[in-house]
Amino acid sequence: MTEPRLAVLAEGLRKRYGGTAALDGLDLRVPAGTVHGLLGPNGAGKTTAVRVLATLTAPDAGTARVAGHDVVRDAARVRRRIGLVGQHAAVDEVLGGRQNLVMFGRLYHLGATEARRRADELLDRFRLADAADRPAGTYSGGMRRRLDLAASMILAPPVLFLDEPTTGLDPRGRSEVWDAIRALVDGGTTVLLTTQYLEEADRLAAGISVIDHGRVIAGGTPEELKSRLGGDRIEVVLDDPGRLTAAAEIVGRVASGEVDVDAEALRVGAAVTGRAAALTEAVRALDDAGVRVADIGLRRPTLDEVFLHLTDKETEVAS
Amino acid sequence: MSVQDLRWAVADGRTLTVRALAHWARRPGDVAVALLFPVMVVLMMGYLFGGQMDVPGGGSYREFIVPGMFALTMAFGVETTFAAVASDAAKGVTDRFRAMPMSPSAVVTGRAAADMLHSAVGLAVMAVCGVLIGWRVHDGAARALAGLGLLLLLRFALVWLGVYLGLLAKGPESVAVVQILVWPIGFLSSALVAPSTMPGWLGAIAEWNPMSATVTACRELFGAPVTDGSWAAEHSVLMAVVWPLAIAAVFAPLSVRRYRSLGR
Repeated sequence: MTEPRLAVLAEGLRKRYGGTAALDGLDLRVPAGTVHGLLGPNGAGKTTAVRVLATLTAPDAGTARVAGHDVVRDAARVRRRIGLVGQHAAVDEVLGGRQNLVMFGRLYHLGATEARRRADELLDRFRLADAADRPAGTYSGGMRRRLDLAASMILAPPVLFLDEPTTGLDPRGRSEVWDAIRALVDGGTTVLLTTQYLEEADRLAAGISVIDHGRVIAGGTPEELKSRLGGDRIEVVLDDPGRLTAAAEIVGRVASGEVDVDAEALRVGAAVTGRAAALTEAVRALDDAGVRVADIGLRRPTLDEVFLHLTDKETEVAS
Repeated sequence: MSVQDLRWAVADGRTLTVRALAHWARRPGDVAVALLFPVMVVLMMGYLFGGQMDVPGGGSYREFIVPGMFALTMAFGVETTFAAVASDAAKGVTDRFRAMPMSPSAVVTGRAAADMLHSAVGLAVMAVCGVLIGWRVHDGAARALAGLGLLLLLRFALVWLGVYLGLLAKGPESVAVVQILVWPIGFLSSALVAPSTMPGWLGAIAEWNPMSATVTACRELFGAPVTDGSWAAEHSVLMAVVWPLAIAAVFAPLSVRRYRSLGR
């Protein structure tokens, strides 16, 4: 019996292509009604994971249940409960937006009238009504993605897979797609999102699994992942390269972890525990030592830093 | 497969045929080019080169090549099938279909129905053009229709070849490769030139070409003189049934296997 609150449950998924393991024992649990980010470098196995969960690829080993049904034994039931947006906007570029949605609606076995009604509804919802009769090939990248999303939402599936939904989009297109995703989640859809953009996962996802070499190497909320790097960081930027060593020594005194020195950017940084106290002390000590400071401040680590940190460690372990 | 599944298989196939027809409506220029290209070839062959051509056994060269052009029109259809299948696969549309609760067979049956329709229209256009340049049916409507049936049977077999190659391809750009394949195979037949006028070994290949079987069978059924006396030519009607069935028997299972292996 599956836990009813889990929209996606994967255990020990394995998939080999030739000599390389695309999935090497992947475990995943996505609670219903949340956005979960699958983060990882190119070739980490993100797309393979989505393909297995969306019934497109059979796993070599392991099991996966999506919306309560096994993706191998019950593929037909799973397909009625999922939407998939792959890396290409998989729409018919010759047909118009409305024609696309009506066609996909018919293939989801809606009646002719119902398919047309649903198409119009989705065109409105994804703000494509004005372009409904233009060939989808003439749409902007963001519009094509939204049409792609709309086509995935015809049956209002409880689970939606988005494989790098904003890759190749300009900032406007990206934020349009983000808005569309947020609206879907507000409507109760569970979203599993793969992305290389950490900002995207940070903005949208409640939970994140970082995967590399086909396995999950870290998981948690974006905040939890960031705090793994030691919470807040202090950063000092100098205007005199000659004082880098002195500054590094002072920052080292208030730091709770290793001091990073970026000689090119004249920047010294380190994790700290007591935010204000550390900052005050660093300012005073730098002043006492006569080190001129161009900029000093506290900031949270970005998800990019978490990501690089985790995947670097993984590479070291692997080699 | 239950009755319900079968009903959906038919309905989904029809939806995809309608989709292909909607493409025609959106791109009438492409359709016109596809329909008129064989007309251009037949006019070129008939009037530009035709003056130098002697048909063995006599008869008009223009009447000789019309059945050949019918068959070539069927062969060019491989490119249509290929491009459509390869483009859907490359753009992720095939994957979208596979992740939907639709009938998997519809992807091919819908395509096949649309392509057969396209080729039937192509045949009609060619027939009108043929009549205008002097082609006639001499042995009655029934035999003429049988000839057209054999042409469509060839096209049906080539649908499977096109689907298989399309699933094999990396993208629709490789249609040039398919053209390079289709053209020599199309021309190395009795379509436009009598094999008896070719060097012996080449003529033998041409006579056994599946294309030649359909072309020669059509000439016979339309009542045009057939002079080539090889076994393949004497039994052309039989071969025009056997060859397409053999091609379909090879490429239909290969296509199904290839389609399934997309999930590996």
